[in-house]
Amino acid sequence: MAHDSTAGPLLSVEDLRTFFYTEAGVARAVDGVSFQIGRGETVGLVGESGCGKSVTAFSLIRLIRPPGRIEPGSRIVFDGRDLATLSESEMRKVRGELIGFVFQEPMTALNPVFTVGDQIAEVVRVHHGGSKQEAWVRAVKMLETVGIPSPEQRAHEYPHQLSGGMRQRVVIAMALVLNPALVIADEPTTALDVTIQAQILELLKDLQQKFGTSILLITHDLGVVAETASRVIVMYGGEVVEEATVEELFKKAHHPYTEGLLNAMPQVGEAKERLNTIPGTVPPPTAWPKGCRFRDRCPYSWDRCEAEHPPLYSIGEGHVSRCHLAEEPQRRAHPHKPIVEQIADEGGFARGSQKGERDVAAERAAVSARVGSSDKGKGIS
Amino acid sequence: MTTPLLSVRGLVKHFPIKGGVFGKQKGAVKAVNDVSFDVMPSETLGLVGESGCGKSTTGRLVLRLIEATAGEVTFDGENVFQLGAGDLRRMRRRMQIVFQDPFSSLNPRMTVDAIVREGLTIHKLAEGGEADKRVKQLLEEVGLRPEYARRFPHEFSGGQRQRIGIARALAVEPKFIVCDEPVSALDVSVQAQVINLLQDLQRDRGLAYLFIAHDLSVVEHIADRVAVMYLGRIVELAKSEDLYREPLMPYTQALLSAVPVPQPSAKRSRIVLTGDVPSPANLPPGCVFHPRCHHPAKDAACTAIIPPLEEKAPGHLVACIKQTPTTVTWEQQQAAGGTKRPERYLPVLATT
Repeated sequence: MAHDSTAGPLLSVEDLRTFFYTEAGVARAVDGVSFQIGRGETVGLVGESGCGKSVTAFSLIRLIRPPGRIEPGSRIVFDGRDLATLSESEMRKVRGELIGFVFQEPMTALNPVFTVGDQIAEVVRVHHGGSKQEAWVRAVKMLETVGIPSPEQRAHEYPHQLSGGMRQRVVIAMALVLNPALVIADEPTTALDVTIQAQILELLKDLQQKFGTSILLITHDLGVVAETASRVIVMYGGEVVEEATVEELFKKAHHPYTEGLLNAMPQVGEAKERLNTIPGTVPPPTAWPKGCRFRDRCPYSWDRCEAEHPPLYSIGEGHVSRCHLAEEPQRRAHPHKPIVEQIADEGGFARGSQKGERDVAAERAAVSARVGSSDKGKGIS
Repeated sequence: MTTPLLSVRGLVKHFPIKGGVFGKQKGAVKAVNDVSFDVMPSETLGLVGESGCGKSTTGRLVLRLIEATAGEVTFDGENVFQLGAGDLRRMRRRMQIVFQDPFSSLNPRMTVDAIVREGLTIHKLAEGGEADKRVKQLLEEVGLRPEYARRFPHEFSGGQRQRIGIARALAVEPKFIVCDEPVSALDVSVQAQVINLLQDLQRDRGLAYLFIAHDLSVVEHIADRVAVMYLGRIVELAKSEDLYREPLMPYTQALLSAVPVPQPSAKRSRIVLTGDVPSPANLPPGCVFHPRCHHPAKDAACTAIIPPLEEKAPGHLVACIKQTPTTVTWEQQQAAGGTKRPERYLPVLATT
C-alpha cells in the first residue's frame, strides 16, 4: 500500500456524474458532485432516498453496472490517483485494500454458505496471498478487534448463526482487515436496533482512532451524523446542496432542504404539537426540474429559482449552500406556501401536502431507475 | 374514570418449534408473555421495543389475526377471543390495522378504488354511487387525489401507498386502529406528513391507536402513553412525558440513551448495552433483562424472581424489583439470594 504523502486530502471527488440510461430516459442520479475527505476524517453524507447518496458511494469504488455509467470528465482522485481512469483489475486492488465498504444489510453482504472466518480470510488471501493458516489467524484477530466474543469459535460459524449486530461486526471486520485508508459505510446501522446501533457507532469511532481510517458515512439519520461525523454533505436531486462542519450545519443550516430535514425530525425530549413537513417528494432523476431542483418544495422560492440554477455559494468558513438566499437573505423572512402545495390546493384537496400532478411515465421511470440502481454492487469481495 | 375501549389481560403467545421426523414439538418461541394493558377511547398507546420483542405479535393478537395461547382481550365490552366467525367479522369493522410495509400490504392487481371499496362491500356499508362517493371522500381525507382511484399501487410512492393503506382502514369507520410501524419505511420528510395525517384523523374522528414502533422519538411525538416491551413482556408503562423524562426501568434508560440526538454539542452519558437480546425460545429466568442489566443493585434475586409490573410513581408502571418502591420485600429478595438492597437508580435524567 503506497500512501505516498500526508499532504492534501485523501479523496477528492470532482464533478462526478453517474447516469443511468433507462428506457424511460437518462436518470441523472449523480449530477456534478464534488467533495473532499481528509485523512482520518469522518464525513457524513445525508439525504433522502432517491437523492443520489448511495449511487455516489458506489461510484467511488466504480461498482456501477450498465445501464449505469460514470460519465467522462468525472474525477475520483484517491491518494493522488484518479480512480476513474484505472483498469478493472487495478480497481479490484483498490477495493478492499485502499477503500473498504460496509453495506447496509449485513445478511446480503455475507455469503451464506461460507463461515465468517473463511470469508474474511479469503479477502486477505486474494489481496495479499500467503498461506491459508496465516489468513485464518488474521481473520480471527480481526473478529476480536471488532468485539466479537470468543472469536476462534465464532470464526467457524455461518452468517445465519449470528445476530444482526454480530453480522454487521463481521462486515466491518471484512472491510477493515486490510487496513484501508478509507471506509465507505452505506447506512451501516439502518437495519439495526437502536441499542445495537449505539454499539456499532462506538465501534466505528474506536476503530477510526486506532487505525486513523477516514470514514464516509452515508445515512438518512441526522442523529447518527451529529454523533459521528465532523463534516456533513447534504445531497438533493443528485447534487450537493449544502456542506458544513457538523456544528455549523445543525446550528446554522442554510439550505431550505437541510432546514426542512432538521425540522421534520421528531426529537426525543422535544414535544411539538405538529411536525413540520417537507411537502411533496423527491422528483424523478430522469426529469430534474430546471433552475433549483428543490424549488417546488421550498417555502422561499421565487422567480430567480426557476430561471437560474444556483451555484454553491460560500456561506462561511467551509460552509457552502446551493441556494440563492445566499445573495438575497431578506427573502427568508417571507416564507410562502410551497408550489407543490399551491398546486394541490388548486386540485381541490381536503388535506394538502401532496405533490402536484406529475406525469405517471416519469414517475415510473424514477421507480425503475431506482430499482435499477439499487442492486448494483452486490458481490464485491 | 372512563372505561377502556380495549382491554388486554394476561396475553400469551407461544409459537411451537417442531423438529425431528415426526414433527414433535421441541420447544416454543415465547413471543408474548403475560401482557396486559388498556387503550382508552381517542387515546394513542405507543408500544416500543427492539425487533423480536413481541410488539407486532401483540398487535396482531389483539385483532385476532393470529390466535393467542392464553389471555383475554375485551373490545368495546365484548370478549374478542370468544367471538364466532360472523361476530368476529363484524368486530373487525371497528378495529383495523395499518401495516409497516406499504409495498407488500396492498394487492398489486387491485386499483386503489377496489382496495378502498372492498371493506365497504364486505361490511355492506355502501354500494354503487354511494360507495363511489365514499371512496372519493376517503381519498381526499388522506390527501390523495380522487382521480388516483383508477391507478394501481405500483404507481405511487411509499408515502402515498401508506395513505392508501390508511384510507382502506378508515373505510369501515373503525374506532381503533393498530398502526404497526406505519412510518418506519418512509423518509423523514414523508414520515412527518403521515404522522401529521394520523394525528389529524384522530382529532377529527376520535380514533384510538395502538401505535407500534421502534423509533422512540416518533412514539414520543404521537403517543399519550407508552409501553416498553422487552422479550415478550411489558417492562415499563407510563404517560409519555413521564417515561421520557424519568425512565425507571434500566432497559428503557439504555434504550433512550442510545437514541442519537441531532445536536452535535449535546454531551450525554450513554449506557451502551453489551451483548445481544437473548433468544425468545430460551428466556432467561427471573427478570428477562437481567443478563444485560446495569442497575447497581442487580444480584441473584433478579435471576430468580419474575418482577411484577408495579406502580413506582403515580401512573408509572415498571417491572423491576431493584427500583424502589417495590412490592417484592427485601426479605423475599434475600430468600431468593439477593445481597443488594433496592434503590432508586436514575442515570438518564432529562434526555436532552
